[in-house]
Amino acid sequence: MSVALEQDNRFLAAFDDWRMSGGVRPPAWLADVREAAVARFAELGFPTLRDEDWRFTDVEPIARGRFVHAPPSAEVTLDDLRPYLWSGESACHLVFVNGRYVAALSNADGLPPGVIAGSLADALQAPARGDHWIQDHLARYADYERHAFAALSTAFITDGALLYVPRGCALDRPVHLLYVTAANGEPLATHPRNLLIAEQGSRLSVTETYATLGGGVHFTNPVTELVAGPGAVVDHGRLEREGPDALHVGTLQIHQRRDSDVRSHCLTFGGALVRHDLNVVLAGEGAHCLLNGLYVVGGRQHVDNHLRVEHAAPHGTSRENFKGILGERSRAVFTGRIVVRAGAQKTDGKQSNRNLLLSDGAKVNTRPQLEIFADDVKCTHGATVGQLDREALFYLRSRGLTAAEARSLLVHAFARESLEQVGIEPLRRQLHALLAERLAAAHALEAPP
Amino acid sequence: MLEIRNLHVRVDGHEILKGLDLSVHAGEVHSIMGPNGSGKSTLAQVIAGRDLYEVTGGQIVYQGRDLLELAPEERAGAGVFLAFQYPVEIPGVSTSYFLKSALNAVRRQRGESETDAVEFLELVKDKIQALGMDERLLSRALNEGFSGGEKKRNEILQMAVLEPRLAVLDETDSGLDIDALRIVADGVNRLRSADRAFVVVTHYQRLLNYIVPDVVHVLVDGRIVRSGGRELALELEERGYGWLEQEAGATAVGA
Ligand SMILES: Nc1ncnc2c1ncn2[C@@H]1O[C@H](COP(=O)(O)OP(=O)(O)OP(=O)(O)O)[C@@H](O)[C@H]1O
Ligand SMILES: [Mg+2]
Repeated sequence: MSVALEQDNRFLAAFDDWRMSGGVRPPAWLADVREAAVARFAELGFPTLRDEDWRFTDVEPIARGRFVHAPPSAEVTLDDLRPYLWSGESACHLVFVNGRYVAALSNADGLPPGVIAGSLADALQAPARGDHWIQDHLARYADYERHAFAALSTAFITDGALLYVPRGCALDRPVHLLYVTAANGEPLATHPRNLLIAEQGSRLSVTETYATLGGGVHFTNPVTELVAGPGAVVDHGRLEREGPDALHVGTLQIHQRRDSDVRSHCLTFGGALVRHDLNVVLAGEGAHCLLNGLYVVGGRQHVDNHLRVEHAAPHGTSRENFKGILGERSRAVFTGRIVVRAGAQKTDGKQSNRNLLLSDGAKVNTRPQLEIFADDVKCTHGATVGQLDREALFYLRSRGLTAAEARSLLVHAFARESLEQVGIEPLRRQLHALLAERLAAAHALEAPP
Repeated sequence: MLEIRNLHVRVDGHEILKGLDLSVHAGEVHSIMGPNGSGKSTLAQVIAGRDLYEVTGGQIVYQGRDLLELAPEERAGAGVFLAFQYPVEIPGVSTSYFLKSALNAVRRQRGESETDAVEFLELVKDKIQALGMDERLLSRALNEGFSGGEKKRNEILQMAVLEPRLAVLDETDSGLDIDALRIVADGVNRLRSADRAFVVVTHYQRLLNYIVPDVVHVLVDGRIVRSGGRELALELEERGYGWLEQEAGATAVGA
């Protein structure tokens, strides 16, 4: 017990240091929110395996890590980012290094009038723009009363992406948000905080990529609040490709108004310990949400996707399709909870989690959960854990494909459906390449014994 | 071309092939008939290299090489082809992508250059037309939702594309309507040549009207119990397998 307290205290002490270290003072309302959040974190502490929501994911390495609040780093060049940026067309990209926006590395020119795409910190400091609407939304959705990592993030709110698409505006260019942690020899902690707002009838396509430059242990705790106004259509991606020692706990909180349509893709390739909390509230009638996920892990990677879709209004539809490809001694956890509130009649919710184990050492825990408080609803779920089909492997090999080619072909086939659901074209292309690269690594396709 | 001597094969502890001998020369067509469960598919799969089957004795020599030493893909590269009795459905892999991968895989092994997309499409279109197949099958997932007959034709299409030296057809005629049977038989006959051989597993002598065999073998309980010319197939059609099974049983008891 005292150990746990000490660990929590370390983050609390970091908070004090950081607050005392000066820098720009936040607006009063935000200072209050941060104080409330840090107080709440002090009460909650880090979750443990005894927590039902964290039964299979041990955050010890984060709790006991001696993380340093990452300083802004100026050492990063565009060339360093090349492997992560989308090539070709004039993609709009915002780059964050160690949690801070770097204008010199970003390109947000030529956006339609009224669109805001930039740094949250900048907006908070410019009184003309840091007006009420940020206050109306920021930290209103990600529940820091109940979730320790959301509380931690909220305590440290400094910077992140602020994206605002006004009513009726179609932002056709996909926006790419790139978060890199640039190692400096110390274990760095970053808490990128993103607020993405698509107003009534607007369209937005936005992707978050998390990456590591230079390697080493670091901790990333991003929280994204995404609000889709009435009838808004949003494509969202989150791509985790951090280094092999990265610890990543991310929260995506989606709030949907009536008739909005959000398609969010959660893709995990990198990181040592990765947890994604994806929370969706279908607050308005007739909203539609797709949570599409793919995790491709090996080594001793641990990935935990924790989904909660709450149908709070009638006629909502939700689809959760998560697929996993696991090699070596990797581990995946999937929890998918669909909650249908009383009155959310005609809800249509479907959930599936399918896993492909490429080795005997890989392991999956998958838990679908339905909580239904309305009577006229249609909800289904299904989960599978399997291996490559030996008949199919033999069939392919009998036609001349090597064992490795046959396995690769079948793994790609398994992943195809997930990739094809990604409507964000440059992201999809990148994913195909990432998958091919991952499968080309000999160890990823080791033959079963 | 193919020399099988005293082959013994087990699966899950059961002996299925119990000392099988078979000798096939280039240019020949051999037919294998026999009752259900006698081991025909087992033989076919062992020739193609399925590891489910454990070879406990005997040998298979193909073009002077020990076939059992080769991985399935090496056998394909060396010209062995099996048309499966039950072709496997593979969701997520389009038929054309699969065909192209297979063709390039065997070409690489044979030291030939790979095809480009244009050359490949021309090649396949010709063959697909000759087999009376719907071109749209190419863009569908391999065998997924194909009708029984479409699957069998697809096997023959693969054979036509890969141009093997030794093709084993495992009940390719079952599930085909009369027209399809003729088309498939034509597909086989087009490939017949002095340097190719076929082993055709079938229950029906009807197919042998179209693909005329040089030798007919009867496989009963893991052994070839009789070999003969075409007329043996006709005799089987009339008399069934009972008399041969009795004979085989008698020799087994006597032995
Ligand atoms: N995995 C297995 N485990 C146990 N027995 C098996 C297995 N596979 C095949 N067999 C048995 O081996 C025997 C031979 O099967 P095989 O498929 O070779 O017969 P076949 O001659 O092709 O029959 P058919 O005419 O019905 O296609 C059968 O009795 C079958 O049940
Ligand atoms: Mg059979």
